[in-house]
Amino acid sequence: MSSSAWLIRGVRPYGEDAVDLLLRDGAIAEIGTRLQADDAEVLDAGGLIALPGLVDLHTHLREPGREDAETVQTGSRAAALGGYTAVHAMANTDPVADTAGVVEQVWRLGREAGLVDVAPVGAVTVGLAGAHLAELGAMADSPARVRVFSDDGFCVADPALMRRALEYVKAFDGVIAQHAEEPRLTQGAQMHEGELSARLGLAGWPSVAEEAIIARDVLLAAHVGSRLHVCHVSTRGSVDIVGRAKADGVAVTCEVTPHHLLLTDECVTGYDPLFKVNPPLRTAEDVEALRTGLANGTIDAIATDHAPHAMEDKECEWAMARPGMLGLEQALSVAVEAMIETGLLDWRELADRMSVRPARIGQLDGHGQPIEVGRPANLVLLDPDVRRVVNGADLASRARNTPYAQRELPARVVATFLRGRPTVLDAKAQL
Amino acid sequence: MKRHLLSAADLDLGDATLILDTTTQIDAALAGREVKKLPTLRGRTVVNLFFEDSTRTRISFELAAKRLSADVINFAAKGSSVSKGESLKDTALTLEAMGADAIVCRHSASGAPHRLAEWVQGSVINAGDGTHEHPTQALLDAYTIRRRLGRLDGVRVTIVGDVLHSRVARSNVVLLDTLGAQVTLVAPPTLLPVGVGSWPVEVSYDLDAVLAKADVVMMLRVQQERMNASYFPSVREYSRRYGLDARRMALLPEDAIVMHPGPMNRGMEIAAEVADSVRSTIVEQVSNGLSVRMAVLYLLLGGDSK
Repeated sequence: MSSSAWLIRGVRPYGEDAVDLLLRDGAIAEIGTRLQADDAEVLDAGGLIALPGLVDLHTHLREPGREDAETVQTGSRAAALGGYTAVHAMANTDPVADTAGVVEQVWRLGREAGLVDVAPVGAVTVGLAGAHLAELGAMADSPARVRVFSDDGFCVADPALMRRALEYVKAFDGVIAQHAEEPRLTQGAQMHEGELSARLGLAGWPSVAEEAIIARDVLLAAHVGSRLHVCHVSTRGSVDIVGRAKADGVAVTCEVTPHHLLLTDECVTGYDPLFKVNPPLRTAEDVEALRTGLANGTIDAIATDHAPHAMEDKECEWAMARPGMLGLEQALSVAVEAMIETGLLDWRELADRMSVRPARIGQLDGHGQPIEVGRPANLVLLDPDVRRVVNGADLASRARNTPYAQRELPARVVATFLRGRPTVLDAKAQL
Repeated sequence: MKRHLLSAADLDLGDATLILDTTTQIDAALAGREVKKLPTLRGRTVVNLFFEDSTRTRISFELAAKRLSADVINFAAKGSSVSKGESLKDTALTLEAMGADAIVCRHSASGAPHRLAEWVQGSVINAGDGTHEHPTQALLDAYTIRRRLGRLDGVRVTIVGDVLHSRVARSNVVLLDTLGAQVTLVAPPTLLPVGVGSWPVEVSYDLDAVLAKADVVMMLRVQQERMNASYFPSVREYSRRYGLDARRMALLPEDAIVMHPGPMNRGMEIAAEVADSVRSTIVEQVSNGLSVRMAVLYLLLGGDSK
């Protein structure tokens, strides 16, 4: 099944001219036409596009704690099938990843699964409680080498604590990834606040609750000279604020989810909690601004916010359902629909937003590298011409909460290589 | 008519008029009879599934179903389904297995009856879901207006109070618009939803200014839990600015009526002398509610809607 060398024939790197790629010893050994390598397994990749292996900045693998929804193993499979070679595992597990012990456990589970590199994200505060800094340095120094810290799911709302966190992680070149949500403005919030929330009688999650925190945090980051990453921006105003901060030279980066690039609050009309997510689905105008921001580089990355949930946490009343949706396996397809087919990005730019920049933000040196001789052989091969209807039962995740069920999406991941070894072949995970 | 009544938006003008006309027929059929019972729904089962306390609405539906000779089961699941341990879906499947022909659902979560409707074969009637809708309340209000004023088309209805959290207001806005009435909402800006601009209504913050042009004033109940959450500074200030007292009632046109869905906070949103005045339809609304719910059950379960 796995061989030390692979010869990929007729593949189009970044959608450009077809070439052969020879992968050997974990790296790209040769690029050319009519390459020969007798010891290599051959993969006919005619018609397929090669991109650097995707890197996700925002994945919930749920282990430890909610292994009924996802494990590092099942989540790794979903990631590989989605074309990912590295994922950042969010800290809101049970126990919370707020100590070196927990992040090291998650990191080891990732190594054992062996399908993607799992980079644990450390919690900013103990227990995600927003009161005391977690031992960030210990997590950074652990074998898990944590560089991204986030209380995702909760906002580091206390401005003094946020300032200290931003300052403290400079010692090991870490970055705080903020879930921007002013808690007092979102008490009991259920969906985007607007015309639809008024009609549906669901408590509103106003855009300003996100934007106010982002505005505050870019000012804090500028003041203390730190790096800031903003998780899942979802509003037009957020894109504007980040764009202005970047123009002023603030070291801020941000991400957008696939679902915020495609779905709107109209999905909530039937009260199906599959569409409940935090931050909530916004308006068509916001979707447009997010696409534009991603195209012009204001938004650095697509990050899935892959959030598996057990059936019973979604098959219930809207207000009682947990927020979050699956994303790993459909992210690339959604990106193709939202960004490639609309002409907003070309393949090289898409690779920048889904691999190069996320790897840089997460400081994963072996990932997000260009397809060049001598670079690590982390690759995804995709067929851009097929269209498929998503079926929740076919997904590798243990949970089934995809918002794309019955939706037809373009493109399909055919193969994924992690350091020259196939983790996906013929669209099937290689265990 | 649709199989379920989840929102007032499920009713077009024809459906709504049919329900009101059927209510009139039921009232006529029962008027003066000693045994106020019709055999229409004999052998059918109606379940009152109430996840939230509501004596008035539950009794009204129960009596409505009994007067149509249906078998009635009261399933009071106090508190949320989650805190009780059984999920809404399991409850739905249980009732389904018992052969419920209609489920009347009251729930604290907006949209809960919509979820229920996906899991059961019978008709689901929304008896109030969170801060979303309460369509039979709007129907009984429309029936009351039509009986008192003789028409709905062109009638000017002013709805006053906590529109933001009111399912009564949402259903009334939708249904009254369908029926051709003109709705004005009056509330402090804090108690109007952000998206109200797209509703088919006029909005005012000044109750005195709109009363002279109102054929109907509908006062909404202010929930206790809003009173200390900075929606307004104090109960007294709310009452002064948005309460209906005798002075304000005198500003109304001569034939105008005063409505309230109950239960009232006497002395807060409505003064006692207003609630008990001849303009008040509050008690009438209760008896009309019974007839309207009979009509809804009859049309959804037994009647020929065409």
